[in-house]
Order: sequence, then C-alpha cells, then structure tokens
Amino acid sequence: MGNEELATAVDVAGLTVRRGPHTVLDGLDLRIPAGRVVGLLGPSGAGKTTLLRAIVGVQQVHGGRVTVLGRPAGAPELRRRVGYVTQAPSIYTDLTVTENLRYFATVLRAPSDDVNRVLDQVDLGRYARTRAGDLSGGERSRVSLAAALLGAPELLVLDEPTVGLDPVLRRDLWDLFGRLRDDGTSLLVSSHVMDEASRCDRLLLMRDGALVADATEAELLARTGADDVEHAFLALVEEGVR
Amino acid sequence: MTPALTAATARRVLAQLRHDPRTIALIVLLPCVLLGLIAWMFHGTPVLDQFGPILVALFPLIVMFLVTSVATLRERTSGTLERLMASPLGKGDFVGGYALAFGVVAVVQALVVTGFAVWVCGMDVHGSLGAVVLVAVLDAVLGCTLGLAASAVARTEFQAVQMMPLIVFPQLVVCGLLMPRDEMPTVLEWISRAFPLTYGVDAMQHLAAGSSLGDVAGDVAVIVAFLAGAVVVGGLTLRRRTP
Repeated sequence: MGNEELATAVDVAGLTVRRGPHTVLDGLDLRIPAGRVVGLLGPSGAGKTTLLRAIVGVQQVHGGRVTVLGRPAGAPELRRRVGYVTQAPSIYTDLTVTENLRYFATVLRAPSDDVNRVLDQVDLGRYARTRAGDLSGGERSRVSLAAALLGAPELLVLDEPTVGLDPVLRRDLWDLFGRLRDDGTSLLVSSHVMDEASRCDRLLLMRDGALVADATEAELLARTGADDVEHAFLALVEEGVR
Repeated sequence: MTPALTAATARRVLAQLRHDPRTIALIVLLPCVLLGLIAWMFHGTPVLDQFGPILVALFPLIVMFLVTSVATLRERTSGTLERLMASPLGKGDFVGGYALAFGVVAVVQALVVTGFAVWVCGMDVHGSLGAVVLVAVLDAVLGCTLGLAASAVARTEFQAVQMMPLIVFPQLVVCGLLMPRDEMPTVLEWISRAFPLTYGVDAMQHLAAGSSLGDVAGDVAVIVAFLAGAVVVGGLTLRRRTP
C-alpha cells in the first residue's frame, strides 16, 4: 500500500492558462495519485475543463509543467495510454454505435474484440446497430465514454461523465469507475454535483481557477466540521475570503 | 501519417455519407441540374460545346468545397476533432482521410456529370473526353482540399459558409471565364496565374477546342501541385492544442 500511495499519475506544477484577457488557471499546483478515483469538483467556470484539457494535452498553456504517467502532457506516446471524454458527447451522430467505436478502436490500435467489451461495460450492447443520433443524450455520453475505454488506457480523464443521467445510471457508472480502479486504472472525474464526492477516493475542490482543497471526503468533513461536501466547500471558500 | 489510419478515416467519412443519401444525391445531381438548365437555355447554339467542359469542372469544385468545409467544421464543433487530436491519429491522417474519401465521391460525381453533359445534354467535346473527366475529378478534389484548408481558418459555421465566396469567387472572376485572360489588365492576368481554378478552366477551354491530354499536361500538373499544397496547408493549420 505504501508504494501505491507514492505513485503519481499526474503532476501539475505552476500551470497557467489564459484565454483572451482572462486568466483561467494561475500557477496551479496539484498531484493526482495513480490507481485511485479522484473527483475534481467545483462550480461551472472553476477551470475544471481547462485543467483536464491541459492534462490530456489539447489545451494551449502559457506557463508551468504538466507531467502525465512520467511524460510531458500531450507527448505522442501518451495518446494511447490516456483516455479522454469531453463534456459534450464527442461521437459521430450519423454513424451507428458500432461504426463509431470501430473507427476509434482502429485509431487507438485496440484489439477488434474491444468494441464488444466496452459496449458491455457501459451496458449499451442492445444499441450496437443504432445510429448514435437516434440515442438519448445520456446514451450518447455513454457511447462517448465507451470510446475512451477502448484499448484499456492507464489513465482516464472524464469531464462530467454523469451529467444528465438518471440516478440508476449514475450509480452504475460510478460502480464501473470503481471496478476500473480495482483493475489498476487511474481516474480523474470532474463533476459540479457535490454529492458525487462520496464515490471518489480523493477530492480536488476548485474555484476560480485555484485549488480550494485536496483531501479525502472524510478529511474534508473533519477539517471543516461540515455535514456534507457542499457545506465543506462553502466553509472553505468563506474561510478563504476572511 | 499512417496509411492504415488514413484509410480508416476515409472509410469512416464515406460511412457517414452512406448514412446520408440525400447529401450524396445533392452532390451528384446538383451539377447535372445546373448544366441541364444551361444546355436548355442555349439550345441550338455552340455555347454548351464551348463552355460545358468548364462548367463540368467548376460546379463540382464549388459543391465539394462547401461539403468539405462544413464537414470538417462539424468535427471541430462536435468535439470529435478534439478527441482525435488527443489520440494517436496524425494530422496528415485526418486531412488525407478526408481528401481520399471526398476524392472517391469526386470521381463518381465527375463521371455522372460528364456522362450527363455528353449523353443527355448533347455536349460535343472536340478534344479528349477522358482528359475532361480527369480534370473534372482533379478540380473536385481541389475543391475538397481548399475546403479543408479554409475550414481550418473558420471558427464558426457562418464563417465557414462565407469562405466559399471569399476563396472561390475571386478565382471565378479572373479565371478566364468572364473575359479571355490575354485581354485582361496585366496585373489581373498575373493574379489569375496565382489561382488554381485558372488552370482547370484553361485546360477545359483547350480540351473543348480539340486538345489532347498531352496538350494540357502542364495545366494538370499545376492543379495537382495546388492540390498537394492545399493538403499540406490543411494539415499545418490543424492544431493539437487549442485555446
């Protein structure tokens, strides 16, 4: 256990990102342990998506260093080792579910039977031949997630994967994230829903481009004396203001 | 760039088109309808024989430009391009895959449009008919690659649609269709040499007048060079990291 605690999936040092005149992230430092489900929580506009994009290597950055699995973020050799799910489902709505996954499997050089494996993981096997555009929003985001699971990446970066899903599906997805973690995958999952904190091994709380807390849920509640993460977040923000 | 990934991308683009038969019908039939209208309007005159081959090269270029620029812009706005740029897919695979897929469509389009012009409208080509088809295909693929390069510059759908008048219309004005190029002011004549469409129109004018493929080889070579250049520009303007 000791060694596992030390392993680092992502190391962010002094990360600065500007968009126009606005500084989205200003010298952000954080560390994401390997083999854990880490929740990135914060309100909309906190800079969560920008941080995730920087980790995946598709964000223009203006300063600092992001190291992923021991390599600089965005390095070519990382592109098969990191799975990424964008906030909006990034799939081809005019193709069937299987056609989508087959294309992404080829791109990732994943084995051909991987398509069925990931379809089972997100429980969409019965929609394999359905055009993605005919699926509901929640089903589309699960196809998008399935595409990121192809090739079994070591690190999964998921931007609000449970948004708009019914509670049963949300529970099932969090169960899946737990199983992937048990198989050794590192997961970084963003959410603006604070009650999903209880499903994470560790929490990163963000607000206005800065890290408000980096702790387990239990530590967070103990430190703030709050009953839930939402109130802990409020307590920390007010503490910072004073 | 990996041949397997370029081919997979081309297959995927063609699969998307297959699911959209109405777009295929528009791509193939629209130039035929336009050509048919002109043939009807100038019935009994030599206009179709003289200008038909030029239009066979021109309409597909415009149609393919629009289709490609909108298709690639859709990749940007839907987030699929971001997913691909985070994946091992090369930028050349992306652009090459599109050029290949729409190249296949361009061949079908050029064959149908030329066939329609010759057998339905009665267009009489004095030169090599095979060369007319070749130049038409190359011009259609050129439209694709210019569309790819243009959509890299466009940030929104509105901008993408207006890239067509921005990039195609000036070429139309000076390509020699409205006025023979040797009668133009010298500066305009020089400008026309910098535009790829000029060479397509020049080749078709010669073919209509009785030239063989060998006679227009120079024009064909220039079109191919522009085509390759547009693919390179399209690849260079793709960015893995975006703001």
